[in-house]
Amino acid sequence: MAYLRLATLLLAWAAWEALARSGLVFQGVVPSSLTVLASAASELGSLAFYSHLWRSTEEIGVGFAVGSAAGVTLGTSMGISVFFGRMAHPYIHVLAPTPKIIFLPVLMILFGVDIGSKIAMGAISSFFPVVVATYDSVRLVPPVLLRVARSFRASRWQTVAKVYFPSMLPAIVTGMRLGLGVAIIGTLLAEIKLSNRGLGFLAIQRYESFHIPDLYAVLLIIFALAVAANIAIGRVADRLQRRHVMHAPRQVPHRYDLKEPIRGRDRP
Amino acid sequence: MAVEEPLASAFFSTLGVVFAATVAAAVAGIPAGWAMYRFPLLGKAYENWVAALFSAPLILLYPLFLVLFGRGALTIGMVGFLSGVIPVTLKTYEGFSAVPMVLVNVARSFNLPERALLAKVLLPAALPTVFTGLRLAFIYTTINVVGLEYLVNFGGLGFLVGLMYDRYDIPAMYAAVAFVLLISMLGFSAAERLERRLGRGS
Repeated sequence: MAYLRLATLLLAWAAWEALARSGLVFQGVVPSSLTVLASAASELGSLAFYSHLWRSTEEIGVGFAVGSAAGVTLGTSMGISVFFGRMAHPYIHVLAPTPKIIFLPVLMILFGVDIGSKIAMGAISSFFPVVVATYDSVRLVPPVLLRVARSFRASRWQTVAKVYFPSMLPAIVTGMRLGLGVAIIGTLLAEIKLSNRGLGFLAIQRYESFHIPDLYAVLLIIFALAVAANIAIGRVADRLQRRHVMHAPRQVPHRYDLKEPIRGRDRP
Repeated sequence: MAVEEPLASAFFSTLGVVFAATVAAAVAGIPAGWAMYRFPLLGKAYENWVAALFSAPLILLYPLFLVLFGRGALTIGMVGFLSGVIPVTLKTYEGFSAVPMVLVNVARSFNLPERALLAKVLLPAALPTVFTGLRLAFIYTTINVVGLEYLVNFGGLGFLVGLMYDRYDIPAMYAAVAFVLLISMLGFSAAERLERRLGRGS
C-alpha cells in the first residue's frame, strides 16, 4: 500500500518532468518542478510575501471568527427553539449549497473593495457549514442530561451553557473545520477577483505578468498552508471527540429511565 | 436592465457546462470507485487521498487551468469536472463497500460471472449511495462553474453578475444574483427529491 502510494507520487512527478522537458508544450506553461521549487524558495525568502500572507491571515481569521460566531448562535437558537428552527431551517437548507462567491459584488458594494468585502466573504462562506453542523448537533444532546437539568430546575441559560454546549462542541468543531476550509477559499477568491494585497492577489498577479513558475510556487504554498490549517483544526476536533466519548454518560437502562416523554421546547 | 440581457442564453450556457461536467464526472468517477472496491489495494492506498482532495481548495488551482487550457469553456468545465469527480468516486466506493456480504455470497454460490454480479447485485444495491455522490457532484460542479464564470468573466450566469457590477447597474446585478440563487435552489431541491424517490424505489 505504502509502495503503491510512493510509486504513484513518483510516477506523477516523472510524468510532469517528462512533459516539461519533452518540448511538446511550451516550457513556460509546464515548468520543471525544480524551477517551481526554486521560485517557491525565493517567494518564501522575500519580505513582501509575508505582508501578503499576513493580510490573508487577517481577512480569513476575522471572517472565520465572525462567521462561526454567527453560525453557532443561530444554529443553537434554531435547535433549542422548535418554532424558530422550523421557520429558519428551510432557508438555511437551500441557501447552504449555493455558490457564495456570487455574493461578492453585493459585498463589495456594502463593505467596499478593500479588506471589508474580503472579511465579509470569509464570514458568509464559513457561516453556512457552521450553522448546519450546530443545528444538527442539538439532536446529539442526550435527553437524559436535559431531564437532569430540568429536574434541578436549571434556567434556560444554565441549560444552554452546561448541558447543550458541552455535548454539541465536538460536532460544532467539525462544522468549523469545514467552515475554515470554505472561508479560505472564499477569501482568496475574493482577493483574486479584486484586491491589491493578499495571497490570492499574489497568485493572480503572477499569472497576469506570466511568471508561471512563480504562479505554481504561490499555489503550492497556499495549498500547503490550507492543508496545515485543516490538519490543525482536525487535531482539535479529534481531541474534543475523544474527551467527549470519555465523559459521555453511559446509556441508562430503560427501567430507570423516565417513562414520561419531555414535551415542548427542550426537544429538538 | 437584466431583461435586455440574454438571460436565457446565459442560463443555458451555464447549464450546458454544468451538465457536461457532471456527466463526465459520473463517467470517470463510477468506474474509478468500482476499481477501488474491486482491487482492495487501490482502495486502501487511495481512499484517504481522495477524501483529502474532497476538502482541498481545488478551485484555487484555476489559474493553473487557465494556463493549461486557456480562458474558455474548457477551463471552467475542467474545474467543474475535477470538483465533481471526487464525490462520485468516494460515494461509489462507499456504496460498493457497504453492499452486504450475504448478497455477494449468494451471487457467488450461483456462480454468477463478474459482469452479472456487477449488474444484478452490486450496482442495484449501491445505487442510492452512488446517486448521493452524483447529487454532490452536481452541487459542487454548479458552485465551481458559476463561481469561475464570475471570476474569469466568461460564459453564462456568473459572467452576467460580474458584467452588471462592472456597468454599475446595481438593480440588474441584484436581479442576476437572485436568479443564480433561484436556479441553484431549484436544481438542488429537484436533485434531492429525485434522490429520495430513488431511495424509496430500490
